[in-house]
Amino acid sequence: MRTVNLESQKNGTMSKAKEKSAKKRVVEEDDDQLPIFDKDVTEKKAGEEDDADLSDSEESVFSGLEDSESDSHDEEEDAEEGDDEEDDDDAVILDEILTKSSGVETATEPPATDKNTPTDIRNTVGNIPMEWYQDYPHIGYNLDGKKIFKPIRNKDELDEFLDKMENPDYWRTVHDKTTASDIRLSDEQVDLVHRLQKGQFGDVNFNEYEPSVDFFTNEVMIHPVTNRPQDKRSFIPSLIEKEKVSKLVHAIKMGWIKPRKPKETTPQYYDLWAKEDPNAILGRHKMHVPAPKMRLPGHEESYNPPPEYLLTEEERMAWEQQDAEDRKLPFLPQKHSCLRAVPAFSRFIHERFERCLDLYLCPRQRKMRVNVNPEDLIPKLPKPKDLQPFPTTMSLVYIGHSSLVRSISASPTGQWLVSGSDDCTVRFWEVNTGRCMKTLEVGGAVKSVAWNPNPAVCLVAVCFESTVLLLNPGLGDRLVVSSTDQLITSYEPPEEDKEQAVTWALSEGPEHDNGHRLTLTHPKAVKQVVWHGKGDYLASVMPDNSSNLQVLIHQVSKRRTQNPFRKNKGLVQCVSFHPLRPYFFVATQRYVRVYNLIKQELTKKLMTNCKWISSMAIHPGGDNLICGSYDCRLAWFDLDLSTKPYKMLRHHKKALRGVAYHKHYPLFASGADDGSVIICHGMVYNDLLQNPLIVPVKVLKGHQITHDLGVLDVTFHPTQPWVFSSGADATIRLFT
Amino acid sequence: MGGLQKKKYERGSATNYITRNKARKKLQLSLADFRRLCILKGIYPHEPKHKKKVNKGSTAPRTFYLLKDIRFLLHEPIVRKFREYKVFVRKLRKAYGKAEWTAVERLRDNKPGYKLDHIIKERYPTFIDALRDIDDALSMCFLFSTFARTGKCHVQTITLCRRLTVEWMNYVVTSRSLRKVFISIKGIYYQAEVLGQLITWLVPYQFAHDHPTDVDYRVMATFTEMYTTLFGFINFRLYQTLNLVYPPKLDSKAESELKAEHEEDYAMDSESYLEKLSALSASLARVVATAEEEEENQLDQFPADGEDLENMEAREKEQKEQEAQNRLFEGLKFFLNREVPRESLAFILRCFGAEVSWDKSLCIGGTYNVTDETITHQIVDRPDIDKQYINRYYIQPQWVFDSVNAKMRLPVEDYFLGVTLPPHLSPFVEEKDGDYVPPEKLKLMALQRGEKHVQEEEEDDDDDDDDEEYNDEVDDEDLTEEKNLKKMEDQRSQGKTLAVKVTPGKVKPWETGSVGNKVRLEKEEKAEEKRLAIMMMKKKEKYLYDKIMFGKKRTTREANKLAAKRKAHEDTSKAEKKQKKAKKQ
Repeated sequence: MRTVNLESQKNGTMSKAKEKSAKKRVVEEDDDQLPIFDKDVTEKKAGEEDDADLSDSEESVFSGLEDSESDSHDEEEDAEEGDDEEDDDDAVILDEILTKSSGVETATEPPATDKNTPTDIRNTVGNIPMEWYQDYPHIGYNLDGKKIFKPIRNKDELDEFLDKMENPDYWRTVHDKTTASDIRLSDEQVDLVHRLQKGQFGDVNFNEYEPSVDFFTNEVMIHPVTNRPQDKRSFIPSLIEKEKVSKLVHAIKMGWIKPRKPKETTPQYYDLWAKEDPNAILGRHKMHVPAPKMRLPGHEESYNPPPEYLLTEEERMAWEQQDAEDRKLPFLPQKHSCLRAVPAFSRFIHERFERCLDLYLCPRQRKMRVNVNPEDLIPKLPKPKDLQPFPTTMSLVYIGHSSLVRSISASPTGQWLVSGSDDCTVRFWEVNTGRCMKTLEVGGAVKSVAWNPNPAVCLVAVCFESTVLLLNPGLGDRLVVSSTDQLITSYEPPEEDKEQAVTWALSEGPEHDNGHRLTLTHPKAVKQVVWHGKGDYLASVMPDNSSNLQVLIHQVSKRRTQNPFRKNKGLVQCVSFHPLRPYFFVATQRYVRVYNLIKQELTKKLMTNCKWISSMAIHPGGDNLICGSYDCRLAWFDLDLSTKPYKMLRHHKKALRGVAYHKHYPLFASGADDGSVIICHGMVYNDLLQNPLIVPVKVLKGHQITHDLGVLDVTFHPTQPWVFSSGADATIRLFT
Repeated sequence: MGGLQKKKYERGSATNYITRNKARKKLQLSLADFRRLCILKGIYPHEPKHKKKVNKGSTAPRTFYLLKDIRFLLHEPIVRKFREYKVFVRKLRKAYGKAEWTAVERLRDNKPGYKLDHIIKERYPTFIDALRDIDDALSMCFLFSTFARTGKCHVQTITLCRRLTVEWMNYVVTSRSLRKVFISIKGIYYQAEVLGQLITWLVPYQFAHDHPTDVDYRVMATFTEMYTTLFGFINFRLYQTLNLVYPPKLDSKAESELKAEHEEDYAMDSESYLEKLSALSASLARVVATAEEEEENQLDQFPADGEDLENMEAREKEQKEQEAQNRLFEGLKFFLNREVPRESLAFILRCFGAEVSWDKSLCIGGTYNVTDETITHQIVDRPDIDKQYINRYYIQPQWVFDSVNAKMRLPVEDYFLGVTLPPHLSPFVEEKDGDYVPPEKLKLMALQRGEKHVQEEEEDDDDDDDDEEYNDEVDDEDLTEEKNLKKMEDQRSQGKTLAVKVTPGKVKPWETGSVGNKVRLEKEEKAEEKRLAIMMMKKKEKYLYDKIMFGKKRTTREANKLAAKRKAHEDTSKAEKKQKKAKKQ
């Protein structure tokens, strides 16, 4: 066995795995050679074969890798031995057993086997499905090329059964498909099967737990494994190598082989822009947003900055407590006495790195920055000087009330002024002198006063608590006064008395001397009284969220009262008559409704966009309306234009309390809690195409703010461009 | 209606943008490689106008790239190099693992590399484009050249950066294009005007860096890789414009001088050569030997009229000023003491035509000794010096910087040894009206306009014995200060008496109702008009107006704050001086 010898020469330091594979190879080679060495099956050979088989199985124990290989090897071997194979594993095992047994049998008792079959009845058809021979009388060919015939009579199921019942050896009888013969297994064979089933080794005598001899250890041995002397050729130089070297030397000499060039490490620079091609400018470059340059340093970054750029102690503390992103300066300004003392900047690399990040991570976007001159944003308005006359200075203060003056009203002649205050008095003033002509005590805080706009009638409506009082102040022209009295007394009650919501009572005695003429007792507290332009009708407001009885219209000459509304549309804030047409304006919290009194229907609903309307005034032309609200706004409506405000003015800082239009001049005024009265020029043109011109012309200040209340009411003088304002500081002021 | 239903986000801006992750997948690159590619190719994210539309309705914060940019990257040959490199690394690791050293060596020899030339050319199609973008490259290279040659990045990169920066400085010296310098607490800022482009860069102080851990040096290295390539090409081109040899060579004359002295100190020739170059003391060799001084190219006179003429005159004037600045230190001989930053000072002084030298042991390239009698200025940064020569000024380094920024030689008295230096102002600040201008700047501007020492002269007139000796200068200053103080006090006392006295009512002209009154009334009227007009502004415009006014107010507030601080500081310092004086007496 040459190979074995060779193998044994191998170095002792071989690794175990290699060792194993080597061993395996040896065995394989062994097997391969077997058929070459001895063709004929002899006893000895059979024994050896057994040995080989054993070693094989040993292999399979050692290394699972070679299992399949060894199997196939076995198969080969089997084929050579003349036995056939099955695909099934069991069959394979059985075959092996069979072959072995046959081998054993041939070894032990050849004549016994001879008894059944004359010689060797191995089928030579190979590993094919035996069904192919179904239709033939034979099932294959023996070694001599003669047909092997099927048994004459096949066993049928009955035979099988009988056999099973009668034959005591039935359990150990096996049918061989290739030879179509039954084989009775001997005792050894049965044992072998049992052992294999248990997973034991086939050979009884094999001891799998033999002490292992570590032949090739990892320790380097001092002595060689073999004492074979070294070859001579290991001492003399190799001819082949010599030839190769000489060839290389020759090539080098001839310059065919050059030493490897050292790699160029330093980059080579050249004139990259030698040919500047304008076509090379891609569209990309036009789209390119160049990165903004680094900010240039200011004085505060200097190593020796002016002292004002250094941070004070508090500023430094604040700086340290701020987050790094919130800081206005990313560094602390420092002062060093000389250049020598300047240390390294600790965040230098950070800043450089952040710049790098900005360059490749920051999204870039072009931002159009519009340079706006703030002066250009201010609208160009006509100069107030050109819009005169309007009140500019405070010229008179009417002092006398002891509490806030809720309401004021000027007489149609412009000579007198009436004011109602929370101190339960109504005072009459002479406008030009500021003299208090008359003081009348009434039975409650006066909510509203209104002078009759009819110059031929001298009547003042005053409301307090749930009463509306009509007074004849007895001021001015005596004829007018007496005629007014006459007008009231000339009333004749109608035949059938109608039930009215209000009781009309004529004042007599001392009250009459005081000027009281008529008393209208309302069911609820009255907040506001308003005269119609003709002076005969009078509207009173009783705000109440839950009933439809909020507004009443009274006719003085007939002493009649009617409730115009059947439905409650919200809390009524104030009402007003149209100066020319039979329209009636009702302001609820957010809307102003315009009713046609003749047709008795709603004509318009104005959306004010305010939260809470406080006051309302109507332009003497009747087409425009202003609404003051508690949320500091003043809404100008053009009734012809839209139901939405034409202009929204937010001039006041606090809630508006009163608004007023001038009768003749294009002026309107608004008084608010911030104590100021703002006069605006509000020109309305007769030409419908031209929009009204609204220009604020004057801010009048004078009222003190008491209890967070400033101006409570404003009224224009009926003829002059003067404005009266009453305030929470118990004064009335006249601005001329 | 008919037609196919339009799907959302399949047209319009949504298709123009791509998120980063999608872009990465499209390019089949790892994040690191993608980052590198973006840095090299100069691809940056874009902010879409309607972010939600682009983000397919989601408001998640994402970075978007232009799809066109990413498509453009698809064809980049360098992407393949990246992949090759990846394979190389894998092979190398394997070879290492198997301990196959020959294979390692072989692989190492065939390490795949790439060049960025084509990318530079593509990113900057013209030279001016490249020059415009060189600020960051300069700062980065200057930073890298100060790194220690251990860890952090390759030694080759550091040496290359050093080489390039030295080349740049040499160019600036030769072309005399330095304009402004500024010593900040971060480092020294330089601004040069190269081919009409203002280029600013920052050089850190020469200290060892303590390397932060939260900085990704790979990103920086990638940037540097790109920058060095760009910078090298720019240097080449710049040298070419000046007819200089690139890579720079010293003048044959200067070289021979230097060679004789220092050859033995340096092991490698290349090393010493770089040192010599970086010494900045010698001029460079030219391709074509020209006359020593090229005649300054005069601005041609063109017949022009009106505005053009004015422009022309302005330009001429500017150029003259420029020339004057370039010759700022011409004829002066400086000597740098060893404690001053040699490189920056040598650079600046040489840029303005001075001769510079230093101690031989400090650096190679010093041309004369301390003992040279012709030295006019010695720059010293220590409180006192033992041996002083009578015929030279001993000044602190700030003088050089301030003089350069002022474009004139400032009086040296403020910069003598041991003197408290005047504040060093940033030359980059251009004050608009309304901004705070420090008083030093005002003084400087007056000086530049030629009003020399207006206040001081007055004071000098007051001072009878005014010696020009510098040793007494400090005392003089004190004296003048005292005088000032006295004056101020007098004024103050006068003011006080005025306030207390009851004088016969001197009716001011504007109260009499004459011209002044009218003026005031008019003013008031105008103010009110404006107030009323502002009331009538529309809401949107009002908002804008308020914002602008707020910004304006803030700037004035800040300026006022600074002024107040300055005033407080001066008051305290005066009080201190007074106290000192009192103690002395």
